[in-house]
Amino acid sequence: MPHIQVDENLPGIRALLAFSPETAGPIGALAEILLRTSDSLSRVDRELIGMYVSYLNDCFYCNHSHGEIAVCYLDGDRKLVNAVRTDYKKAPISEKLKSLLQIAAKVQKSGKDVLPEDIENAKLQGATDHDIHDTVLISAAFCMMNRYVDGLAANTPLDMSSYPLRAKQVAEKGYGNHIFLTPQP
Amino acid sequence: MAYIDLQNDLPGIRGPMIYRPETGAILNELAEILLHDENNTLSRGDREMIGAYVSSENDCFFCQHVHGAMAQHYYGSDMHFIDSIKKDFQRADISEKLKSLLSIAGSVQKGGKQVRPEQIEAAKNLGASDREIHDTVLIAAAFCMFNRYVDGLNTWAPEDRQVYVDRAPMRARDGYSQAGLVK
Repeated sequence: MPHIQVDENLPGIRALLAFSPETAGPIGALAEILLRTSDSLSRVDRELIGMYVSYLNDCFYCNHSHGEIAVCYLDGDRKLVNAVRTDYKKAPISEKLKSLLQIAAKVQKSGKDVLPEDIENAKLQGATDHDIHDTVLISAAFCMMNRYVDGLAANTPLDMSSYPLRAKQVAEKGYGNHIFLTPQP
Repeated sequence: MAYIDLQNDLPGIRGPMIYRPETGAILNELAEILLHDENNTLSRGDREMIGAYVSSENDCFFCQHVHGAMAQHYYGSDMHFIDSIKKDFQRADISEKLKSLLSIAGSVQKGGKQVRPEQIEAAKNLGASDREIHDTVLIAAAFCMFNRYVDGLNTWAPEDRQVYVDRAPMRARDGYSQAGLVK
């Protein structure tokens, strides 16, 4: 049961965003820019970084929500998403993404854990300053989102068939207040 | 030196916020609502203190001294008082309610799942509302982001703590905004 009184029909962070629409604005806008931008980091790369950090933070709701959004962008390739979660170093992804996941994992522990070697390695694999910036901020932002969700004990749907439905909604319409203002899929 | 070329020499979070203004503006908006907005039953001093305490637990020099100086400004206290809260808030000269909220913030810093129902119960018994508990958790969570952003990119920070104290009145007056970063 959540630590504060929120709409029990809304899952996970959605109930918290609805509880506090003032802060929901910037939180949704941050997710939209960090996860929906598609440049030298693809939407898949961005969601995989968020999913992996949520997995490391043991946040079931965020881990599976963002994993499923990545699955949407990957046209259903759940096997790849599971491979990244289980052991990204052996997953069939680019060396560049592996080096960025390594930085994200360090940030998850603490900003101070990121070493010059981690950055150097990412640059050797072709990561730009912009890629590194966004990786650090995506990881840091998920350290916020995960704590927000679990720190208030938000409802976590255990029915796994509900995750792809919400993921499809986000993949199609993006992040923003519609995820708690419109009927749940 | 920062791990990436931020194309400016501003200290702490101000460097990457200027480097990527699209996200900088949003992070400032979040800080403004959580820390500076007057439409809140938690005082500005207490909200800044929660941020300073979490930053101290995360060992983020820049954030703990920026926000410690902000709390100091609002409280009208000296640096020693802020340090006493960061060091051992249970024995500091603050309200029992603020102690209960700092305890929740300290648990959030370790991990969301570390918050125990008893801590929430204690805060509620001391008069904390759902809104105040929500804001405490979100402030603590947001500083777990800010601190990682600042240290994960290895930004630089002024060593002299007086620098932070001197800037606090301006920030208290103007609040947090992208435009305020270069002042």
